[in-house]
Amino acid sequence: MNAFEWADACSIQDVFAVNVKGSAIKAGGVDLVDLMKEGIANPARVINIRNIAGLNQINMDAGVAKIGPLATLSALAEHAGLKQTYTALAQAAAAAATPQIRNMATVGGNLLQRPRCWYFRNDQFACARKGGDLCYAQRGENQYHAIFQNGLCAIVHPSAAATPLVAMNATIELTGPKGKREMPLEEFFVMPNVNLHAENKLEPDEILTEIRIPALQAGTRSHYVKQAEMESHDWPIAEAVAVLQMDDKICKKASIVLGAAAPTPRRATEVETAITGKEITAELARSAAKAALRRATPMTQNRYKLAMFEAVISRAIMRAAAI
Amino acid sequence: MAAETETPKYALGIPGVNLEEVQRNVPENEPPPLAINEKLHTIGKSVPRLDGRAKVTGAARYTADINLPGMLYGKLVSSTETAAKIKSIDTSEAEKIPGVKAVYLIERNMAGAGANASADDRFPLVRYCGQPIAAVAATTPEIARQAAKAIKVEYDPRPWVTDIEEARKDDAPQVISAGSAPPARGNVQQRGNVRGPQRGGGASQEAIDKALAESDAVVEAEYHTQVQTHSVLETHGYVADFKPDQLTIYASTQSTQSVRDEMASYFNLQRNKVRVITEFMGGGFGSKLSAGIWASIAGRLSQKAGAPVKLMCDRKEEQQSAGNRPSSNQKIRLGAKKDGSLTAFHLVNYGTAGAATGAGVGGATGMYPIPLALTESSDVMTNAGPQAAFRAPGFPQGIFAFEQAVDELAEKLNIDPLEFREKIDVAPPAGSRGTTAWQVRKEERRVGAEKIGWKNRKAPNSDTGPIKRGVGMAQGTWNRNSNGSGTCEVRINRDGSVEALSAVQDIGSGIRTVMAMVVAEELGIQPADVQVRVGDTNFPPGVSSGGSVTTNSMTPPTRKAAYQAKQELLKQVAPVFGVQPSDLAMNDGKIFVQADPTKSLTLRQAATKMQGEHISAQASRGNTDYATGPGMGGVQFAQVAVDTETGQIKVERIVAAQDCGRPMNPLTLRNQINGGVIQGLSYALLEDRILDRQTGYMVNPNFEQYKIAGASEMPQIDVIVVEQYCARSSTDAAGIGEPATVPTSSAIANAVYNAIGVRIRTIPMTPKVVLEALAARKSNA
Repeated sequence: MNAFEWADACSIQDVFAVNVKGSAIKAGGVDLVDLMKEGIANPARVINIRNIAGLNQINMDAGVAKIGPLATLSALAEHAGLKQTYTALAQAAAAAATPQIRNMATVGGNLLQRPRCWYFRNDQFACARKGGDLCYAQRGENQYHAIFQNGLCAIVHPSAAATPLVAMNATIELTGPKGKREMPLEEFFVMPNVNLHAENKLEPDEILTEIRIPALQAGTRSHYVKQAEMESHDWPIAEAVAVLQMDDKICKKASIVLGAAAPTPRRATEVETAITGKEITAELARSAAKAALRRATPMTQNRYKLAMFEAVISRAIMRAAAI
Repeated sequence: MAAETETPKYALGIPGVNLEEVQRNVPENEPPPLAINEKLHTIGKSVPRLDGRAKVTGAARYTADINLPGMLYGKLVSSTETAAKIKSIDTSEAEKIPGVKAVYLIERNMAGAGANASADDRFPLVRYCGQPIAAVAATTPEIARQAAKAIKVEYDPRPWVTDIEEARKDDAPQVISAGSAPPARGNVQQRGNVRGPQRGGGASQEAIDKALAESDAVVEAEYHTQVQTHSVLETHGYVADFKPDQLTIYASTQSTQSVRDEMASYFNLQRNKVRVITEFMGGGFGSKLSAGIWASIAGRLSQKAGAPVKLMCDRKEEQQSAGNRPSSNQKIRLGAKKDGSLTAFHLVNYGTAGAATGAGVGGATGMYPIPLALTESSDVMTNAGPQAAFRAPGFPQGIFAFEQAVDELAEKLNIDPLEFREKIDVAPPAGSRGTTAWQVRKEERRVGAEKIGWKNRKAPNSDTGPIKRGVGMAQGTWNRNSNGSGTCEVRINRDGSVEALSAVQDIGSGIRTVMAMVVAEELGIQPADVQVRVGDTNFPPGVSSGGSVTTNSMTPPTRKAAYQAKQELLKQVAPVFGVQPSDLAMNDGKIFVQADPTKSLTLRQAATKMQGEHISAQASRGNTDYATGPGMGGVQFAQVAVDTETGQIKVERIVAAQDCGRPMNPLTLRNQINGGVIQGLSYALLEDRILDRQTGYMVNPNFEQYKIAGASEMPQIDVIVVEQYCARSSTDAAGIGEPATVPTSSAIANAVYNAIGVRIRTIPMTPKVVLEALAARKSNA
């Protein structure tokens, strides 16, 4: 870890005042401190935004959920309204990391964290995402890497919260010195061919100030499924969220998003098409899941993820449909 | 050797099964035989760790907690190349940084990576990524890290090999030349990177081939085990304080004496000028049996800087360079007759211990009498971190393969696996050098099978639905080791207080508490009344905590010293009572006349009658056991649930039936067995040192990516301890640290087979491995 300055921001305006080039924003610090310890992030200044008042609120007025970026994963996991209405989000927050980390990690930090790829995280590898020439995962140890859109850089998006939030069509508010802008979360994340060195469209002078989830239509239920190698503190190998608007056993509308599959949360449109308007059965869920994987391009070590995703996707559908 | 003048009678066997008495020739001045545990007041009863409070409150001082006045912080410079010759090292920038007090270039490797390529080389050859090269000491950890980064190492990279199959080829890059590799045991050859085979078992291949051809069932299969790192919670580390009159080293070590002796030799000091202190240590599992390179580095930095230096490995350094359990690729052929009798066993193993040797596997030939056995085990050297002894070296690997092969053979013979072991785990043929561990395993199978509900076990792949449950078992074996140099001094002070002193360190198994229990038993006082001081070479010699020897080696001298101190005290106070010393006894904190217990003094009162300031007795175990004899057993049962769609294995339950002679403290004993099971489970399902095939760098040198079973992976663990008296020493205790982890991975693998009907012969059994095995069955079907 390098020597750095510390700046405490007590308001959003404070952040802009101190956010010079080479600064890093710290909320819970879970990811940033790790990156600094590994020598991946070497900020000259660390701006602590954890104490900005009001940014950790979770409000559910008129069916719309507004989540402050400083709300912790524990707060999301335990929030009665989220659990009731936006079930998959609370489930994803509860399944991430460990109780201690969830108490510190913020949802904003969770969305903005850097990839967990072991080549990216190790300063001995000058990988493409860090400005080097090579994606070491292509011919290396890629058992946990992407099975879609993995040709340039094979990271998977690390955020557990992003998978349900994209599935729920969440938008985010970004605030910069010149004002605010809002965009769908799905559009916020970028593929390596768009930007190989960043995972999203956040500008250096901006911060994430709110996450908004639109009201869900009546009869909508959601479910999050995570599969990892272990249940204690492990990153998903396969993750799926199903948000289904059900009319008895018929799926009227479906939103299916996969995590740990691609460099961004991946909308499984094949599944959505396959199950919309249909009665949900185990067979349908399974065949729809297979459809989602047809375009997969597994790497040398991660073909097994196809079978795992098949299970995870069909389980998410079945559980959301309460079949 | 002491005269053997007495032949008292000792308990022998398993209470409720085959308990009898046996006469033993014992050395002079041994304490009288101890009754079996149910007749004792302290030994065999659960006593919470006397230092438990200090540990959980943080009051216990580990090496990492040591802070001395003026102390500097050391930091290693490690190789970033996988194989290289170092051309130059430029330390000038580092030395200019304010706060940097010493820079040290490692002139030779002390262990593992071998000696220099040739005598005129200035620097050791780099044989793996992460190999320590140099070190700095500075006033803060931050400055030390900055200075370490500022040291410029110029490498001449060389070809390297980390893959064991590649390394076996004749044209593979040479990791360690035959001349500079560590000396081999016996007459083994080195060809390229392959050293071996070391042969065991004694049978010829021709005889094996013939016997297998004549067998009714033969299993031929190959098994793979991975490299597992020790992952000790307290990393390797030392605080060295080099002063003109004494080198003091605070060490995270399993052997205070080894560190002292190695450092005395390294710095050319007499042993009376080196003091090693290990008040508490945070885990070793075998990797801290020697000083390694780190103690010498800390010492050199301290010597150069003229100040104490703390050098603790960081996690990455620890995972890369501080040791591991070697891998194994084991080809097994095992045959039997229809009646279930084993005919022949052949093992060919290739394993890698990295840039070192020591990848042999064990356990298979020590358990069942097999008429013909041949084991051929070869080391394959690779450009990877060197191995270090790891909890039952070679045995978890060997048993993982062998006990699965036994199950596979049972299936071919259509015999229940438990029943099959009843047939094959029998007394060795008369006149052969065998053990009686089969007797204790027989009892362990009985109680364990009952506990897990073996009779309800179903045929493989019986469950419908994606989650399939299964039950399996495996057996283990381990040597009953002891070390005769263990010495203890027991003091009874004039105020009645009692101390026990030894240089032995507590690896974490609770030897402090057990020594206090032994003294308490002998003196008729409470364990909490005994102040045990360990982990300091200023005290009488202890033993290294390796080979599960600590309890076995330290309780007999402790008891003997307590017994002798008691005899002296009774002698000195007998005149007060007007009786002979032999008329007196000690119990409940009192000394009393046996014929008339109303005539008594408290220990405190009695102690004031002693002639000097204290009574002190020092005793050694001596290099003799009362009898050579039984190895140790251990039978474990596993119940698993396998999700056949995701490939995830959940171990739901382990029943561990273990033995360790006379159990001393059931609480710390259960603790050790739980730990062995957990480490075995983690080995079976998760742990894996992964090297990038393109660079040889470790990609998971941290606890996020190197996966270790956590709280959610814990099964219900039922520990059953079978008491077995062997009449081997004055306490008859044996160790448990190693045997408890030997059968776990195999029991889980056998349970997985019972669940899904597919044999997984590779660990760790990750979802990837399970899904690939299931897919292979599908495509074969």
